[in-house]
Amino acid sequence: MKLELQGITKTFGSLVANDHIDLVVEPGEIHALLGENGAGKSTLMNVLYGLYDPDDGRILVDDVPVTFAGPGDAMGAGIGMVHQHFMLVPVFTVAENVVLGHEPVRGGGLIDLPEARRRVKEISDRFGFHVDPDAYIEDLPVGVQQRVEIIKALSRQAKVLILDEPTAVLTPQETDELIAIMRQLKESGTSIVFITHKLREVRAVADRITVIRRGKVVGTAEPSSSETELASLMVGRSVELGVARSEAVPGEVTVQVRHLTVIDEAGVRQIDDVSFDVARGEIVAIAGVQGNGQTELTEVMLGLQAPVAGSVQLDGVELVGRPVRDVLNAGLGFVPEDRSTDGVIADFSIAENLILDLHRYEPFARGVALRPAAVRENAEKRIAEFDVRTGSIDAHASTLSGGNQQKVVLAREMSRPLRLLIASQPTRGLDVGSIEFVHSRIVQERDNGTPVIIVSTELDEVLALADRILVMYRGRIVGDVPGGTDRDVLGLMMAGVPLDDAVRQAAEHHTTLGELDLEVDAPEAPPTPGTAPTTFPQEEL
Amino acid sequence: MSSHTPDPLPDAAVPPPGQTGVVGPTTSDEPGQPDGGRRILHEMLSSSWLVSLLAIVLALILGGLLIAAADPEVQAAATYFFSRPMDTISAAWTAVSEAYAALFAGAIYDPRAETFARAIRPLTETLTVATPLILAGLGLGIGFRAGLFNIGAQGQIILGGIFAGYIGFAFHLPPGLHLLLCVIGAALGGALWAGIAGVLKARTGAHEVIVTIMLNNIAVYLVAYLLSLDAFQRPGSNNPVSPPIPDSAAYPLLLGSGYRLHAGFLVALLAAWFTWWLMERSTIGFRWRAVGSNPHAARTAGISVNSAYVWVMLTAGAFAGLAGSAQVLGTERVLTAGVAASYGFDAITVALLGRSKPLGTVFAGILFGALRAGGVVMQARTGTPIDIVLVVQSLIVLFIAAPPLVRAVFRLPSPDTPRAPKPVVPVAAKEVSA
Repeated sequence: MKLELQGITKTFGSLVANDHIDLVVEPGEIHALLGENGAGKSTLMNVLYGLYDPDDGRILVDDVPVTFAGPGDAMGAGIGMVHQHFMLVPVFTVAENVVLGHEPVRGGGLIDLPEARRRVKEISDRFGFHVDPDAYIEDLPVGVQQRVEIIKALSRQAKVLILDEPTAVLTPQETDELIAIMRQLKESGTSIVFITHKLREVRAVADRITVIRRGKVVGTAEPSSSETELASLMVGRSVELGVARSEAVPGEVTVQVRHLTVIDEAGVRQIDDVSFDVARGEIVAIAGVQGNGQTELTEVMLGLQAPVAGSVQLDGVELVGRPVRDVLNAGLGFVPEDRSTDGVIADFSIAENLILDLHRYEPFARGVALRPAAVRENAEKRIAEFDVRTGSIDAHASTLSGGNQQKVVLAREMSRPLRLLIASQPTRGLDVGSIEFVHSRIVQERDNGTPVIIVSTELDEVLALADRILVMYRGRIVGDVPGGTDRDVLGLMMAGVPLDDAVRQAAEHHTTLGELDLEVDAPEAPPTPGTAPTTFPQEEL
Repeated sequence: MSSHTPDPLPDAAVPPPGQTGVVGPTTSDEPGQPDGGRRILHEMLSSSWLVSLLAIVLALILGGLLIAAADPEVQAAATYFFSRPMDTISAAWTAVSEAYAALFAGAIYDPRAETFARAIRPLTETLTVATPLILAGLGLGIGFRAGLFNIGAQGQIILGGIFAGYIGFAFHLPPGLHLLLCVIGAALGGALWAGIAGVLKARTGAHEVIVTIMLNNIAVYLVAYLLSLDAFQRPGSNNPVSPPIPDSAAYPLLLGSGYRLHAGFLVALLAAWFTWWLMERSTIGFRWRAVGSNPHAARTAGISVNSAYVWVMLTAGAFAGLAGSAQVLGTERVLTAGVAASYGFDAITVALLGRSKPLGTVFAGILFGALRAGGVVMQARTGTPIDIVLVVQSLIVLFIAAPPLVRAVFRLPSPDTPRAPKPVVPVAAKEVSA
């Protein structure tokens, strides 16, 4: 099935989310839609999926114009979508979820579950998904849940499959499996629209790449384009990928975590006997798939939850058992993993958000009275220093983009002398420009001699920043390896494989992305003259 | 529709229908999470002043329809509506305009009065009635902004009244000092009662809505019981009435003996100013607002959420206790079982209508005082049941709770015009810390 979007325009108030976007998805191709967060990718796909009415433009399926009043119409026309946040009912089985909304019925309106199971099995077998139709969704790993979403789409005869940021929640190995699935679907004639901002994956899997920036198509590229070329196209200026940083000069060890154990209410060991050191002037990254105890680890260190056993010492002072305020006063800077929940207060002004933890101290307070002048002065200084893009320091934090909110959090946490910086997912959801900025500030803090702990589920980030990498799996630290360790080895360790086995397995089989790494590490060949892999059809002013 | 007097209401422990709609959705929430109740509260507090104003207009229009429907002449004319529709319409116009004119005359300024002094008496009555509403409403507003849905002003007013009353009639102290002690006692009494809910929430996570509602009931029976004891009952009386408050403990009258307006109103204005300073200019209010807007971020920034909950409840209770003092030491000059009337519940409406901001609460309190004072006159002059006023009050809250409805009626644009869909952040399996 050929899918064509012509001149799609969608505005929200004064914001033009999609500006005359043209896109052609040929039958059986993997078409990557590349763009930063907020570039308009998701809006475009929601228009295509019938969730939004376009203000202008039209959609053609096999050269016939169609209009979709809702997802039902889109599905009917053969378009399936796998959302970034899965739309599954956790307490239903795979089969029940797959047929939800299109339940096969027999006599008297009963759901024909055997038929539902058969459908799941048929698709699962055809593509080698290995999905048990009777498993409950809540028991399945994220990667398998994603396959259920794909089965759901395929069971409705999807000819074009839209995958919205499908790798955001996957381990490298799961990503590898997904890439294999995408290729298989392509073989069988299904077209795939692959929405992402990850350059590496695009290069690994896409047949064609359309780059969107600020609601406009700014170019198309071939998968052979280098990452730097793609990034520049995506951002609209030349970018340096990777952080310019000197070798770490680790000083004395000032952070000592010993035998930390946290058991949750259900009796599960969220953190299991974790011990590690961090020295001044080094960045230690804690890598791992989301939900393997990293959140608990940082929260225990901050004092948000109490460990069952163990100790955390900073500069020889025990932090366990002390309230958050004391820990912050001991010199801990904390960038929470979910900034909108834990980092900023959406309906507080930027100025107020910048003093959340300092509001009771001089110069922001005298006694119990706040000093608005000092608060404002601080805000003016910080937003200039951290390049927070906002109209006014009195604007609510909710008016800021994710990147600017994160800068506010960083500005606040770095506005006092630090003895330790813990940053969880410091660049999650940020655009390339903000990532560059955040990374350089973190490296700068390290160079000032602060011990830094980065928690990240993004291997790209771990590899870009870490001087040392701790891999967490099911609450334990399964590996303590130097920065720059092979991506595949890290990926396997993130799945619980011990270091030695991981090294061996990785040597035997490289993932697609790992292979790209090797390619990148090899000296870059000069572009062959005569080929112009990247085209710039229109350049913005 | 029955036409009983409004004060005291038949059953002070049961909120009027208008309030139950607000309470309902919050009771199922778990404490401490940015839950449905918190979201609803947040929405109600963040909608615009225009919406409040339009909600009042809309409620008055619907109230007008009710007045017309309840009017016997309109009913009579309606029987031949299809032959002479203008009769019905003009009868309705007459009924509604007379009722609302009487409401105005009873609440603000009575043009029919012989002297100017009498003509402005309604306004002072309005302010008198508004006093406890403003005081209790300020306290509730502080709670709302800290994310606590305190339904317990009723009980807290009663406790404030008990403390103020007892100190007032049981001791003989020099004027000034006596009043001061009574007022402090009232604040402590209310704070104590609200503090129970605050401590339970902080220590055990008990939801403040449920605890405060139950404490309301307990307070109602507590005051009834106390008034049956010799220590509280007026000597020689079998009625549940305390001895009168001596002059030394009473709020002085502001405009002389011709008016009921007393110094409690000044206390209310002072409290409004203090609330503004506390919430906008002090580090304490900063923390409370932070806890109310986002307890997770507050906790992460080293603010103790639980201690904020306790102190907010204590403060809210103190304000409600002051409302009790206004009744016992000012308006009534005696402690009765009906000391709180329905002020504690009306104050919820007042705080919501005032967006939990001090100035808004003062205006909302005066509006409700006007409706209450004017309603009595409206009933006396035009026979329109005062229950209409209760319906209007309830409708105001109902419309404020549903800003989209008001905007739809008046064809207003939505304030938060959808931006581009928020950049979605993958938050797989985010654990919420206990």
